[in-house]
Amino acid sequence: MSTVPQVESQLQQKSPLSGARQFLRSLTAIVWKDLAAELRSRELLSAMLVFALLVILIFNFALELDVKARSSVTAGVLWATFAFAGTLGLNRSMAMEKDRGCLDGLLLAPVDRSAIYFGKTIGNLVFMLIVEAIVLPVYSVLYSVNLFNPGLLAVILLGSIGYVAVGTLLSTMAVQTRTRDVLLPILLFPLVIPVLIAAIKASNGFLQGIEIADIIPWVNLLIVYDVIFIAIAFMVFDYIVEE
Amino acid sequence: MEPKPRLLAILDVVTILLFITAVAAVFFYAPLEAIMGQVQRVFYFHVANAWVGMLGFMVAAIAGVAFLRKGDHKWDIVGLAAVEISFVFFFIAIISGSIWARGSWGTWWTWEPRLTTAAIVELVYAAYFLLRQGIEDPDRRARFGAVYAILAFISVPITFISIRIARTIHPVIIGSGSAAAEGSFEMTPRMLQAFMFSLITFSFIFADLLWHRIRLGWLAEKVENLKLKNLE
Repeated sequence: MSTVPQVESQLQQKSPLSGARQFLRSLTAIVWKDLAAELRSRELLSAMLVFALLVILIFNFALELDVKARSSVTAGVLWATFAFAGTLGLNRSMAMEKDRGCLDGLLLAPVDRSAIYFGKTIGNLVFMLIVEAIVLPVYSVLYSVNLFNPGLLAVILLGSIGYVAVGTLLSTMAVQTRTRDVLLPILLFPLVIPVLIAAIKASNGFLQGIEIADIIPWVNLLIVYDVIFIAIAFMVFDYIVEE
Repeated sequence: MEPKPRLLAILDVVTILLFITAVAAVFFYAPLEAIMGQVQRVFYFHVANAWVGMLGFMVAAIAGVAFLRKGDHKWDIVGLAAVEISFVFFFIAIISGSIWARGSWGTWWTWEPRLTTAAIVELVYAAYFLLRQGIEDPDRRARFGAVYAILAFISVPITFISIRIARTIHPVIIGSGSAAAEGSFEMTPRMLQAFMFSLITFSFIFADLLWHRIRLGWLAEKVENLKLKNLE
């Protein structure tokens, strides 16, 4: 542990600007590593996608998604789907690091620990957004609901950021336990409930064409959650990967 | 084994006396509420239990911060002790609230936001125990426990805020309540006294139990160390 920060602090001592540039470089390297690995194997995205479509299929039977029900439950179905598919992706993305000792390699590399956290978070966010970008049009076609609403898309982005920010932190914890992938949803869901409530209410508001003034509180809640939890994750991530 | 500290013995006695007085105050000193009748008396201990729950979760979060900063194992013992006690007290708050709701709202449970939040809080701390169970290395267990206690405590008020935005029928006795709340009432001075007394009493109960639980944690650690020594 002690040798790694020394290298980083030497870099920062030269000038604060080069420290920031170094941080950005390691951040993009980590994001790129995740994306390149995924582009070649495609195992994470395809699993998330098929799973998401299956969840929608199950909801179709569970809720009898007729025309009347559709308008009121669409937001809920979408967010439940994203949340379930999201845990799958988060688990896999971290398990991959842990399995072949990649995480240890990352920790040995002379990069700031928070760069690892933000790199993994951005990578996970990209995967989640890709899945959402495919699920939304499919859902629109299957249930003939127009989901191309800029407000809704903004809510989905904000909600995904909050979900992934907490999810990446907790999945880093979960892979280091005995129970592993079983533990992640148990740890994650109760903590992201504010995100899910606010995102469902706001999405529903945009889909039903409710006045903006009534939606704004939920959007604000999402932003507050995102800011707070990114800040906390940034502060505590060091303690989670410490050996 | 160290003998029980004198101060703890005194605290035990004071807490028991306070509790007996609080029960008497709730049943005999506080007047009967005109509309709800006897079931309203649940309120005094219901709020006090919820208060102890929140207090303990806060203590756990503070202990978590202290552990991460100092790395001293005693803070881990404090954090676990606080969560264990508060988990039980918060559960009692939910059950007693349920009894009150049956009498006042006519249902044991409703998916009203505040009740939902209470259920979520219990689930968060249930996850805390599961997380600790899944880790063998004591140092890592302490670190992860501390981090999760902090995350949990910060998510609770945000979940709570979502209640304020959504409509609620839960009465807000302290502070301003919404007009839609059912089962709200004005506190008479005697009710207020009984209520405040219950709060103080339960704070004492919490402090007493916490102290006992921390001692238990120390002893458990000692036993663990002795076992390791014997193995060598």
